[in-house]
Amino acid sequence: MKRTGRLLDLGVGVLLGGLALFVGGVFPLLTLAGLVKDAWPAIEKFGLTFFVTTTWDPVREVFGALPAITGTLLTTALSALIAFPISLGIAIFITELSPRILRPVWTTAVELLGTIPSIIYGMWGLFVIAPLMANHVEPFLQETLGRLPLVGALFAGPPLGIDVLTASFILSIMIIPYMATVIKDAFEMVPDAIKEASYGLGATQWETVVGAVIPTAFPGIVAGFILGVGRALGETMAVAFLTGNVHQIPKSLLEPLTTITVAIANEFTEADTDVYLGALFYLALVLFLVSFLLMYVAKEVVFLRIRKRFEGR
Amino acid sequence: MRRRRVINVLMLSLAGLAALYGLVFLIWILVDVAVRGFQALHLDLFLQDPVPPGMEGGGLKHAFIGHAIITGLAALLGIPIGIGAGIFFAEYGRTRPWARMLRSVVDVMTSIPSIVVGTLVYALMVQPVGHFMGIAGSVALALLMLPVIAITTDEVLRMVPDHLREAAFALGAHKVDVLRVTLHAARRGILTGVLLGIARISGETAPLLFTSFNNAFTELDPTKPMASLTVTIFQYATGPYDEWHAQAWAASFILTFTTLLFFILAKWGIQRNGKT
Repeated sequence: MKRTGRLLDLGVGVLLGGLALFVGGVFPLLTLAGLVKDAWPAIEKFGLTFFVTTTWDPVREVFGALPAITGTLLTTALSALIAFPISLGIAIFITELSPRILRPVWTTAVELLGTIPSIIYGMWGLFVIAPLMANHVEPFLQETLGRLPLVGALFAGPPLGIDVLTASFILSIMIIPYMATVIKDAFEMVPDAIKEASYGLGATQWETVVGAVIPTAFPGIVAGFILGVGRALGETMAVAFLTGNVHQIPKSLLEPLTTITVAIANEFTEADTDVYLGALFYLALVLFLVSFLLMYVAKEVVFLRIRKRFEGR
Repeated sequence: MRRRRVINVLMLSLAGLAALYGLVFLIWILVDVAVRGFQALHLDLFLQDPVPPGMEGGGLKHAFIGHAIITGLAALLGIPIGIGAGIFFAEYGRTRPWARMLRSVVDVMTSIPSIVVGTLVYALMVQPVGHFMGIAGSVALALLMLPVIAITTDEVLRMVPDHLREAAFALGAHKVDVLRVTLHAARRGILTGVLLGIARISGETAPLLFTSFNNAFTELDPTKPMASLTVTIFQYATGPYDEWHAQAWAASFILTFTTLLFFILAKWGIQRNGKT
């Protein structure tokens, strides 16, 4: 009896350990190995020039990823710029302004925004926002900001609604929930004593937010920002409808573009040669490595710091 | 002082506006999906296969069935493995440095871009076999939900007080019996993790594009290419026919509200769990 019990214990332990090893070790390594293997024809042929050349020509089998990488960085940066202040505002609203009873309602609303499938964002963007952009917003921007020197060049070109601006805008709505949730959680961890000390010194509510809450929760704000950026980098379907998948570096906000994810989604099933498919796998590999590193930094470095700050007391 | 008060009101109003901005888009999207989807909703949508493009009528039976099969198989594959890994991190791994390292990798893998998983499963399954398969889509979705379920299970088990484990051990229980005790205490939380995992994968499109691919007919064999709601929405929304667009909205309506339902159920589970 005792023996079988011990054997069972050992068996279950080994089994569970195997599963943990699979999820935490085999899965990521397999991802790396699988992507490198299928990307190899392209890695061998283009090496690091892949990242600095702009030609994307399936017929001649010449592939350069600079337009796709630029597109990803551009839409990610723009969407993060739009989403960050909004998310910060939402977090301040929920933790400082809203009555305590209503807080769960707003929190759930934010989370629902993050639960809507990304393809729904994409389709809504295509049928509702893109026409609105093309017919109203973009002509208006051209009439106003487009007339200014320097800034005007950003709004050059025909307003079609399928461009950098629309894609970034949809992306920004998608990432708000991710940023806002983490920032809100960080704000909630700020001890009341710190806020009370600030009020005690005669600070207004806003001065307390800026002087006490934000500095204390700063690592959490950074983590939320990085999480949103990571989400934007890897997002496919929300932007798949809205970029036009044109391999060019956009010169204005109203030009079509492509991103790493959109190129993969649109061209994967068309890629008929090893090098073409390899180029798409090469893109996937870059995306995997960049988002893995980014998330690692966000979760390990930043969360560790915030944990130390509050649990060390 | 007056200036400080003005700044205070101004900035706090801006924060309120930001919240309003988020709320406006949430309602705008949901209302658009509900209204446009509801208009196109018809019983045939669930009972009929598609008709040739551009013709009136027909439905998305093939996509509903395919979606259920792909997601169901993914859940069958992903839930036991994810929960098992989570149990290990909580019950065995807390004192082992290598297990803690694995856990932080799993934590990072929760945000792996879903399209990367799609390309991976293409390389591992579709390419060697030579054609797209429904089951490959399930594997891709299962891989996506694994880290989510593992992390939630781990977090829930960690909340089970240690004296429960100590009490069981003191009664002479084996580790396996102790696991039974802690799992029982954490069951609702684990269910929440499962629901969150399903909510996460049920709306995914990118991992299915080159794994389960698409099919114009109802297909029950998971070793064949299989239609899914999301890939069909992608195909129909980018297509040129008004009839397709209407059906894409109807499918979006069903998909969105089912996903939200799963999420709300999970959320409700968390709150109940917090109370007990």
